[in-house]
Amino acid sequence: MSLESRVTEIIIDKLGVKPEQVTVEAQFDTDLGADSIDQYELIMGFEDAFGLRIDEDEATQLTTVGKVIEYLRAKDLDK
Amino acid sequence: MKRLAVVTGAARGIGYSISEKLVRSGWSVAGCDVLKDDLSTASDKLGDSFSPWVLDITDENAVQETAGRIENELGPVFGLVNNAGITRDGLIMRMEKKDWDLVLNVNLTGAFLMCRAFSRGMLRQKKGSIVNISSVVALLGAPGQVNYVSTKAGLLGLTRSLSREFAARNIRVNAVAPGFIETEMTRELSEKIREDYASRVPMKRMGQPENISDAVRFLLDDVSSYITGVVLPVDGGLTT
Repeated sequence: MSLESRVTEIIIDKLGVKPEQVTVEAQFDTDLGADSIDQYELIMGFEDAFGLRIDEDEATQLTTVGKVIEYLRAKDLDK
Repeated sequence: MKRLAVVTGAARGIGYSISEKLVRSGWSVAGCDVLKDDLSTASDKLGDSFSPWVLDITDENAVQETAGRIENELGPVFGLVNNAGITRDGLIMRMEKKDWDLVLNVNLTGAFLMCRAFSRGMLRQKKGSIVNISSVVALLGAPGQVNYVSTKAGLLGLTRSLSREFAARNIRVNAVAPGFIETEMTRELSEKIREDYASRVPMKRMGQPENISDAVRFLLDDVSSYITGVVLPVDGGLTT
């Protein structure tokens, strides 16, 4: 499964949104209705799924689906 | 599998009584305390369901590290009882800043650090119950104890705010406010003061540690699953 699909799956699971809502531009708070604790749990979900720890400073920057994919790709997890 | 609870200040007094009650009710308890000898005595008395953890809850790194070890070695933590507390009494004019700082660090910052350390695990399992041990003095005030009372009132703010952060995640946060309870702490008071205290209680007697541990067990257990953010006074009617 591609990195994008895994990220999308985690977002659907944690936020209970529809697949078509999870676009690259989608903002977690305004577009996907995630409050701060939802967003914390999302980060936890990414950490568990991809086996890494995301710093608090970095985590607060990950505000859109695209930024998460970009961040994880830069970590070279996609191979 | 037994459910696991972490209790601070577990070696003596109300903390020991809470640990004993939980162990007898089928919980496993990770008992934290700075009093190494008392902790090992407690461990001898409570058997295998109680594991002793020497921990200074004011040490941020030690709290984080110990929380990790407890979760790794014993499994997910469902209950956290922030009971550890100290007093350094004195009139405000004579209270040194170090005594203010010390009491705040142990009673309030320690509870914050413990809540923070175990929050992640509780969020992951979407289940947990935190009980903070406050005091009736948080509601009444007490002369000579501005440091202690401030921390006990602070714990109520911590309780209410954290209960709101976690309510939708099935993690409950409540407080128990003990009244005058017979413990090592209150045994140091003179007979006259103790009698005076008891006479002010509508039930005309001091409480026993077990009265507190019963309330804590209730709030940790699923029987109270729709209760969060409350302060439960256990005080013989003193504040009601």
